[in-house]
Amino acid sequence: MHRRGVGAGAIAKKKLAEAKYKERGTVLAEDQIVQMSKQLETFKSNLEEFASKHKQEIRKNSQFRVQFQEMCATIGVDPLASGKGFWSEMLGVGDFYYELGVQIIEVCLALKHRNGGLITLDELHQRVLKGRGKYAQDVSQDDLMRAIKKLKVMGNGFGMIPVGGSYLVQSVPAELNMDHTVVLQLAEKKGYVTVSEIKDSLKWEKERACHVLDHLLKEGLAWLDSQAAGEAQYWLPALFSELTSRDVTPEEANQMTP
Amino acid sequence: MDRFSWSNGLLEINETLVIQQRGVRLYDGDDKAKLDVGVALLSTHRLIWRDIKNHECCVAMPLSQIIFFEEQAAGIGKSAKIVIHLHPAPANKEPGPYQHSKYPYIKLSFKEHGQIEFYRRLTEEMTQKRWESTPVSQSIPTGTGPQAGKIRAVGIVGIERKIEEKRKETDKNISEAFEDLSKLMVKVKNAKEMVELSRSIANKIKDKQGDITEDETIRFKSYLLSMGIANPVTRETHGSGTHYHMQLAKQLGDMLQAPLEERGGMMALTEVYCLVNRARGMELLSPEDLVNACKMFESLKLPLRLRVFDSGVMVVQLQSHSEEEMIASALDNVSEKGSLTAEEFAKLLGLSVLLSKERLLLAEKMGHLCRDDSVEGLRFYPNLF
Repeated sequence: MHRRGVGAGAIAKKKLAEAKYKERGTVLAEDQIVQMSKQLETFKSNLEEFASKHKQEIRKNSQFRVQFQEMCATIGVDPLASGKGFWSEMLGVGDFYYELGVQIIEVCLALKHRNGGLITLDELHQRVLKGRGKYAQDVSQDDLMRAIKKLKVMGNGFGMIPVGGSYLVQSVPAELNMDHTVVLQLAEKKGYVTVSEIKDSLKWEKERACHVLDHLLKEGLAWLDSQAAGEAQYWLPALFSELTSRDVTPEEANQMTP
Repeated sequence: MDRFSWSNGLLEINETLVIQQRGVRLYDGDDKAKLDVGVALLSTHRLIWRDIKNHECCVAMPLSQIIFFEEQAAGIGKSAKIVIHLHPAPANKEPGPYQHSKYPYIKLSFKEHGQIEFYRRLTEEMTQKRWESTPVSQSIPTGTGPQAGKIRAVGIVGIERKIEEKRKETDKNISEAFEDLSKLMVKVKNAKEMVELSRSIANKIKDKQGDITEDETIRFKSYLLSMGIANPVTRETHGSGTHYHMQLAKQLGDMLQAPLEERGGMMALTEVYCLVNRARGMELLSPEDLVNACKMFESLKLPLRLRVFDSGVMVVQLQSHSEEEMIASALDNVSEKGSLTAEEFAKLLGLSVLLSKERLLLAEKMGHLCRDDSVEGLRFYPNLF
């Protein structure tokens, strides 16, 4: 009587099946890579054709860039991931945003002594446009936001805080939680906020309000005006408008502090 | 130079651009024309020149004006030129930069080379004379008033027409671009398949199903890089590990030595990003490229390291600058001055405030400094406990 299914024979059979599966697995993956490289070639030539006609459009037209970015999002590709990607090499999308990234970093660095590393998207936009000069390509706020998203990769605390219908751009790794954000949003209307206002609008206790304001002071994001009529006012330089501020160099600032 | 007329530089229907060349200066005979350096464009019908800085300044001349032309070799301090001999201007020629000229020829001076190809193309066009078989619509000003009135009409109407044509051209370009973009989006379905395919391959690699060679894995990663598809097979130690990033890492190793020495051995990654991209000018690095390259420093045995502080700040530091040395010197500085804030420390060392703060925090973490945290700022003292 032969016993089948168990023993050396069964083991051998299993091994054979495994080997076959493994082989098939190999072929499948290799096949797939070949298939992928073919599809890549097709896509590359489609993109080249598109680029040859419309490369300028990407650089000149911010609305076009938005459409383009949304198309990439639906595919699931990030055209800004690498300077070595097709998108950068053929369409030049990369250079546009990476250069913008450099300009954003430089503006934030230049103003950090004044606003502690927090700036409105509007002000950032204006200053970047000024820095680019008359003949440079137009830059929209959407462009800025995409560039900032990319900068996050490098640590250093780049982030965007929604405030009053727009955004505050943070460029330092200061810890800002929900409480801080909410106070910033409250301060947005007038550029400053008081403890009473926080208590009235947010229904917080005094300690909580003071804790948050102290943190903002320490991080250099808020300035204290203790001589204001009534009660002390906490001003946020990031929210200063043209009317209430004048640019001051770090040297001047040092001379002014008592 | 009196054969040229002011133009908007836009090509007519049936007119095709043949070649264009930057860095061309026009000469009225042997004299430099009172124009700057610009771009020379050769079409099937005309020779066009446009000022490179002021695009409004654009002149054109029909190719039928050309009798013959010859090359003039470059000399010491002189660019190569093409000398073009011309028929007299017709009576109804549109106004241009020169009312009259004492020379019957002009020169194109090629300050950025390109004369050989330009000459060749010009020869072709002058042989084929395509303008004779495909006439283009000439914008002829209609004016029946007196001579002065006619000139005025040309002026204002001409400008208005220029603006209108430019707007139409721009609109046409834009709507065509959007049309093509939507066509591309249809083809993009393939791209979506490709992305899914790549995920499936990546999973196989991860699960080690099948024998995919090292070479194929590298090839696969470079495909992902080209497409901008996130790589799920990222190994933390090596980042995305493509050849491109390895090369980059080596370049950075060379490039950053001196700047790092100057800045006390450490630079924030954002600073490195600006430095490197400003130096490159074009073909810039993406933030991800930079991070991925820096992640390879250790495995490539380069004397730099990428380091992430607790706060999330990322820096590149020279490997030679040991942690102990930095902390010891920080302690020395603070002890000498009694106490220091990050700003004061920064000024002392010529570091950025961000990095000097990190250094002080590090020293505090190791127990060498302690802090006095008040609304006036964060101040560090030697730890006497």
